[in-house]
Amino acid sequence: MNRRSVAVAVARKDLAVEAGSRVIVNQVAPFALVVMVMFAFALDNDGILQRVAPGLVWLATLFSMLVVVQRSFAVESADGALDALRVAGVDPAAIFLGKSAALMVQLFALEVVLVCAAFVLYGVEPTAAGWAEAFVTMVAATVGLGFVGTLYGGLAAGARGRETLLPLLLLPVVAPVLIGATRATEAAFGSGGASVSEGWPWIGLLAVFAVIFGAAGSVAFGPLVDE
Amino acid sequence: MTPTAAHATTGTPATRRLGAVVAVLLALLVMSGLWWSAEDVVQGSTVRIMYVHVPSIWVAYMAFALTAVCSGAYVSGRSRSVAWDRVAGASAEIGVLFVAVSLVTGSLWGRLTWGTYWVWDARLTSTAFLFITYVGYLAVRRLGGTLRQRARRSSVIALLAVLEIPLVHFSVELWRSLHQEASVANPNARVELDGLMLFTLMLGLATFTALFVWLLLHRQRVILLEDTVADRGLDEAIASRRDEAGAR
Repeated sequence: MNRRSVAVAVARKDLAVEAGSRVIVNQVAPFALVVMVMFAFALDNDGILQRVAPGLVWLATLFSMLVVVQRSFAVESADGALDALRVAGVDPAAIFLGKSAALMVQLFALEVVLVCAAFVLYGVEPTAAGWAEAFVTMVAATVGLGFVGTLYGGLAAGARGRETLLPLLLLPVVAPVLIGATRATEAAFGSGGASVSEGWPWIGLLAVFAVIFGAAGSVAFGPLVDE
Repeated sequence: MTPTAAHATTGTPATRRLGAVVAVLLALLVMSGLWWSAEDVVQGSTVRIMYVHVPSIWVAYMAFALTAVCSGAYVSGRSRSVAWDRVAGASAEIGVLFVAVSLVTGSLWGRLTWGTYWVWDARLTSTAFLFITYVGYLAVRRLGGTLRQRARRSSVIALLAVLEIPLVHFSVELWRSLHQEASVANPNARVELDGLMLFTLMLGLATFTALFVWLLLHRQRVILLEDTVADRGLDEAIASRRDEAGAR
């Protein structure tokens, strides 16, 4: 099997596990929505909510991502599946790309839910061009988050006590995504008078991030999980 | 002195000499920083914080650079010597300590000069991220497992940090440059330094560099001793199980 077919098989396996267990649908998505409602309680003002909605969408995404990444590797380590794959001589870069792809699909679905929630709950009203930009932002940010999440999730897989380490390692790394995606989404939503054209440089930053961590992850994932 | 006891020290004649030099330099720095050098025209005595603040961040950068170099050497070297990993770990510990010192002294200086402990300036923000990143690195070192596992894991994390830090710095820079009006808090505004002030600053850099080397030598030996104890503990446990089995 070449790298691509292994990656596709791993991604399909992860998505099949989710389709069977429905953890994202039944637990993570409701959690993300609760976070959105909690933000509204904390920032009890319609004007403020509309202004900061893009940041809240991405914060909720990052918090949910921590849960999804942990879930993604809990599935692997429970039966020593990751070790079995490695012992079977499966290319670690293919495992990395496959798990990243599955994570990206799940994250993207979550982001769609969160953006819809912001539309309904926080009263943001993007233009047609704004929706298009928001879509591109979500794609670019999700690819980067998928790679980074899988890379650091691999480290947190396995031994006890590592779950608590994941947020500490992951959140500083994804700071550029939070900054870039929030600014781009502000431009898309027109928050604080931002225009749609202001968002594209930030999408460039997101793309650079995704490329760098995609490449680094393909190389570094093997040594990180190889125990 | 038994051979074991002689082994169980982190000092050598060389480190003791270096330690004495560091102590003398520190005393000189305190004298020069607090008494001999003049007050600043604008900042008054608060300028003296600089003699600790600037050398601290200098040492921190140097320490993290050394961590990256040693991690790279571990990953790329054919020998895969765990010694590289020990130096990398010791260096990162010292780096975290000195970033903390420079953040604390910086915010104290900020309080006195700008009237606030913290501003969302690009440099401050990325320094805070630098701190958190290496706190994470140190946490990874404590995950357990064999020495080789620790070395491989932490060297990969250290090399990823080399990728991450410029990205974070760049994005924070971009964030601030687009979102901040002209700020009073401009750390780039350099004051003109008179001769003795410049001397004190240079003395601070030299002193802290020597202090770094001294701490590094001791720290990596402490890690070596810890690793040895862990190894020996395992050997002894195996031996005692064997004895038990033999006694039966």
